[in-house]
Amino acid sequence: MALNIVACIKQTPATTSIQIDPSTGQILSEGATYAISPFDEYALEEGIRLKEKITGSWVAVLTMGPPRAEEILREAIARGADSVYHLCDAAFENSDTYATSYILSKAIRKIQQDKGKIDLVICAKQTNDSDSGQVGPGLAGWLDWPNVSFVKKIAEITDKKIGVERMMEDGTDALEMELPALICVVKEINEPRLPSLKGKMAAKKTAIAKWTAADIGADAAKIGQQGSPTAVIERASPPRRSGGTRIEGGTLEEKAKKFVDKLKELKLL
Amino acid sequence: MLLTLDHEFSDEQKEIIKLARELAEKKVKPARSECDEKEKFPVEVVEDIKKADLFGVYLPQEYGGFGGANTELCLVTEELAKACGGIALCVAASALCGLPILMFGTEEQKKRWLPQLASAQKLGAFTITEPDAGSDATATQATAKKDGDYYIINGLKNFCSNGEVAGIYTLFASTNPARGPRGITAFVVEKGTPGFSFGKKETKMGIRASPTYELVFKNCKVPATNRLGEEGHGLFVAQATFDFSRPGVGAQALGIAQGALDETIKYTRTRKQFGQTVISFQAIQHMIADCATKIETARALLYSVNRVMDRTIKQAVTKSLSSGKSVYDEMRSLRSDRLTKYSAMVKLSCSETAMQVTTDCVQMCGGIGYMRDFPVEKYMRDAKITQIYEGTSQIQKNEIAMMIIKEYAAGARAAKELVGA
Ligand SMILES: Cc1cc2nc3c(=O)[nH]c(=O)nc-3n(C[C@H](O)[C@H](O)[C@H](O)COP(=O)(O)OP(=O)(O)OC[C@H]3O[C@@H](n4cnc5c(N)ncnc54)[C@H](O)[C@@H]3O)c2cc1C
Repeated sequence: MALNIVACIKQTPATTSIQIDPSTGQILSEGATYAISPFDEYALEEGIRLKEKITGSWVAVLTMGPPRAEEILREAIARGADSVYHLCDAAFENSDTYATSYILSKAIRKIQQDKGKIDLVICAKQTNDSDSGQVGPGLAGWLDWPNVSFVKKIAEITDKKIGVERMMEDGTDALEMELPALICVVKEINEPRLPSLKGKMAAKKTAIAKWTAADIGADAAKIGQQGSPTAVIERASPPRRSGGTRIEGGTLEEKAKKFVDKLKELKLL
Repeated sequence: MLLTLDHEFSDEQKEIIKLARELAEKKVKPARSECDEKEKFPVEVVEDIKKADLFGVYLPQEYGGFGGANTELCLVTEELAKACGGIALCVAASALCGLPILMFGTEEQKKRWLPQLASAQKLGAFTITEPDAGSDATATQATAKKDGDYYIINGLKNFCSNGEVAGIYTLFASTNPARGPRGITAFVVEKGTPGFSFGKKETKMGIRASPTYELVFKNCKVPATNRLGEEGHGLFVAQATFDFSRPGVGAQALGIAQGALDETIKYTRTRKQFGQTVISFQAIQHMIADCATKIETARALLYSVNRVMDRTIKQAVTKSLSSGKSVYDEMRSLRSDRLTKYSAMVKLSCSETAMQVTTDCVQMCGGIGYMRDFPVEKYMRDAKITQIYEGTSQIQKNEIAMMIIKEYAAGARAAKELVGA
């Protein structure tokens, strides 16, 4: 048994607190450094772990983004990805989650044509920039594959099916799907590795091909601005959290009592 | 983050810095405080450093290394030490074992041990110190008695870094006690050799993530093929090793200094007293300026001495691969002078800088700087060792002065000869 895996990753500003220009509603990117979206690191890591565990498997990494996004594909190679694909075309710009998942699905079909049947696609539950969490399930929709989000563990996997644990607020669901399938993972699933020096050097030398809309046979009406039904009404940084209230008191009991009184006063109890 | 002067590193060296820095932030920092508190060796972090290929950066590719030299080793050590001087030591102490093998080993010996050290399949350690032979290594009492194709080693070594976690040890013992300093010989001993066991584990002030052990040798039988260099050349091997390894301690010291200063600047920018941030007081600003200047000065010396050493060692390695002579012999044929003076200057300057800077950092942070749950006091405890091992600061000064006196004497002789001619 060997698995063919694709991990989808995105290059985003390397910070957890993305700043937005309130006057334009655009993400402030000046002086920003970019990296693999932190959540995507877990998707990539899970792909690499699976291929290391199951001999004969390979993991391909797919990204859509501007020319600079090539850097994260090199990083993926340095960490152990077998092949990488860069969807890079001005026609892809301004794609929303609907158009993006369509484009990714076309790319995955092309990888299947070139390299053989894909068993598993791994995405993260969301990115750290647009935070929508829609691309993974959307991609599964276009592929017409089953999918599970919030996966915190792959309990078992064969060439036919995958058993996963889904993290829910009130516990864990154990689910099973037939392959091919798509999963969106959460950070609880693993501890991402760092690249190795030798991997980094190899990655430097790798030539990374760019795929355009034409290369993947994407329908021009379904991509970019015109293929994106989403309209952004407004963008803003969430208000800063206020400092909170300090509850003073001599003893712990006294403080606890004051706290409960406060909750009652706010009608929270 | 503090910017530092661009020392025109190669692309590879820049990658090493980036990788070591990332590892320091993501793996070393989260582990350091527990390792310090419990005096625990960070097995998992070491595994991460190993997987990142950072143990073998200084070794030639022919022996499984990355193909760098001193600069690469020091960059790794410095970056890791910014997060934890104790954890960083596992790399430098392992290299202290590898360097003499690289310089004095036969081709067979190099092929046997260096790849294991490069991949960190085994860590290395270097053990010359004994209870009665510290600064004065000529007083070595451990003995190695020739017995057919073997040497029988007896004696006690102490204060050995990478103590029981290493697999390969370079050791110094006397093959001819009657000849005193000229009877000392270097060996490579592997863990598990019958007669080789571990004694006391030291409890320390700083670098507590690094295990420091006593090593006990009782009729420990080592194949004669494990002898490094000629009989009686041991002190030579040790001194030549120190010539190239002391910058590693310098790099560790600088990392510690920089790490402490970074934490201090972060804190003093936010700490308010008398209605203003502490960093806005000129008294604090001047201390920061002094610390940063001292670090930058010491770093410039470290990097430039390393460049000279890199050139020498890389050329010597290349020549040795075709001539079959030892790397050290090739080094001697490349340059007649030794680099002892510069190497000692680097260590002295970096370690004194580290002690002064970390002490000032505690001062700038005030009471919190003295507390265990704030990272600055640990830097001060860790800095202290850099003034002690691989030769105390006093010993470095002795060596610097001795080299200068020799240089002047040689200069005077040459001038006399010139006049006489
Ligand atoms: C944590 C730690 C790790 C170590 N790791 C290793 C290791 O991995 N391998 C190893 O072999 N050793 C190791 N050492 C030993 C270390 O190198 C010695 O401790 C060091 O060289 C000093 O020797 P000593 O402790 O015997 O001090 P001493 O030699 O007793 O020195 C005492 C004082 O006298 C001064 N002094 C001595 N001689 C002179 C002189 N001629 N002129 C002026 N002043 C002098 C010294 O500077 C010092 O201030 C380690 C030590 C420590 C503490």
